Amino acid sequence: MIWNETKECMSRDEMTNLQSARLVKLVDYVYHNVEFYRKKMQAIDLMPGDIKSLEDITKLPFMTKDDLRDNYPFGLFAVPNSEIVRIHASSGTTGKATVVGYTRYDLDVWAECVARCLSMAGVGKDDIIQIAYGYGLFTGGLGAHGGAEKIGATVVPMSTGNSKKLTTMMVDFGATAIACTPSYLLHISEVLENEGLLDKIKLKAAICGAEPWTEKMHHEIETKLNIKAYDIYGLSEIMGPGVACDCQYHKGLHVCEDHFYPEILDTATLKPVGDNVTGELAFTTLTKEGIPMIRYRTKDLTSIDRSPCECGRTSARISRFKGRVDDMLIIRGVNVFPSQIEAALCEVEEVTPHYMMIVDRVNNLDTLEVQVEMDPKFYTDEVRAIEALTKKISHVILQALGINAKVKIVEPQTLVRSEGKAVHVLDKRKLY
Amino acid sequence: MFAKQLTVFIENRSGRLSEVLGVLKTNNINILSLSLADTTEFGLLRLIVDNAPLGKEKLQENGFSSLLSDVSIIKIPHKAGSLQALLKIIDESGVNIEYMYGLSIESEEAHVVLKASDTKKVDEILTANGVKTLTCEELAKL
Repeated sequence: MIWNETKECMSRDEMTNLQSARLVKLVDYVYHNVEFYRKKMQAIDLMPGDIKSLEDITKLPFMTKDDLRDNYPFGLFAVPNSEIVRIHASSGTTGKATVVGYTRYDLDVWAECVARCLSMAGVGKDDIIQIAYGYGLFTGGLGAHGGAEKIGATVVPMSTGNSKKLTTMMVDFGATAIACTPSYLLHISEVLENEGLLDKIKLKAAICGAEPWTEKMHHEIETKLNIKAYDIYGLSEIMGPGVACDCQYHKGLHVCEDHFYPEILDTATLKPVGDNVTGELAFTTLTKEGIPMIRYRTKDLTSIDRSPCECGRTSARISRFKGRVDDMLIIRGVNVFPSQIEAALCEVEEVTPHYMMIVDRVNNLDTLEVQVEMDPKFYTDEVRAIEALTKKISHVILQALGINAKVKIVEPQTLVRSEGKAVHVLDKRKLY
Repeated sequence: MFAKQLTVFIENRSGRLSEVLGVLKTNNINILSLSLADTTEFGLLRLIVDNAPLGKEKLQENGFSSLLSDVSIIKIPHKAGSLQALLKIIDESGVNIEYMYGLSIESEEAHVVLKASDTKKVDEILTANGVKTLTCEELAKL
């Protein structure tokens, strides 16, 4: 089912015209309302009037996560707080979170985008959907929630953390759809299997996102649960889940192009590349009021396909993600930067700044082990003291990252020393 | 009097313990007693050697970090109930025992290595009760 045929099935010319008109308006709006970006434009002698159509977008400066950090918390907002009705936040590269704000209109657009995604997954008003993304500052829970309510489905706001309750309600309520991270869904499928409930569920579709997943995981979810699984993509800086989603043909994720203009950039030159060429994905939020983003570099590697899809939609499709430009990891759906671990460890005087992160997936749940070296000044002959230190570090990491890590204290001088770009991460999951 | 204990932090990896002992052997450092506190992730190897400062230095040169700490090596009669009698004295003082292990020397008396939460206080109590402890110098002669 197509939620908004007018927008999702526009001809390429119509879409380009709409995007052009919206971009011109956006640049004017941002220039007059966001001092940071106005200065950026002035620095290169660019006036809003210089942006006459979509083709001129390449004249505009990029935005990055660092810009959000530098203008923390509300510096990039284009409206006064009286117009902001919701705040969300995600991990920043260091201590400060990346904060975004939404106007009432932004929330409507967001719900519209998620509604399109859910419709792509065949979810409608007759469905009972469990939202098992985290509710809170993370955009997953409330984002999916808004869209699910918009299509009129019966929404069960599960949030995360209680698999037993989730599976019980899935059976008792006869839930037909679920939205959660793919690794969590695989975990859920195991819980269902162990409890002998696999043949008692009525689930038919899963809308999974917030982390990269492989073809193999996709296949495993579909066969184990006997459902169809769909890939939803988004990032809080642009909106949250719902920026793009794949349809039943799984030929890439349809971007809500009338709201988010995608570009693929050459990773070396940052110049836009042609269709079907891999590069860094950047988005311009064509209609966003609260915190508009222009050419925001996502650091995700993908390519764009603008050929019409068998489903009837004409929107551009981004391919399965091929990796990251930076060292960001997604662990249990949470964005994690090694620099955050580094900053957190600096708070613990008993350890050296050397560390190693080992990310793995055990029983379909991501695990993070952080190895640290004890500072020789704090050596001890007591096991208790080392165990207390381990707990202390775990706590500091939990506070900084919002995820539990297993901390392992290793012998001194055993972790790799920084020689230029140090390798601090060993990701055993092979997600790309 | 206190004696020095050498503590080495070792990860639970095969061969590590042997490597530590190899360093001591090469430098002719004799082990009089040892205790290994092990957890799933790491072990603390506590050693009473004839020359603890030299042991620390040589281990350092070979990439092992160690710690010298004060412990009491207490002489007790080689007969049933003597260890309990000793502990009774310490317990009454309110000091906690962190860990303890035996030290066997060919003699008529037994020895225990003891680390308490308050090493100084334990030493005072032992002296006050006429309990004999070994010094570093005495250890070196064993």
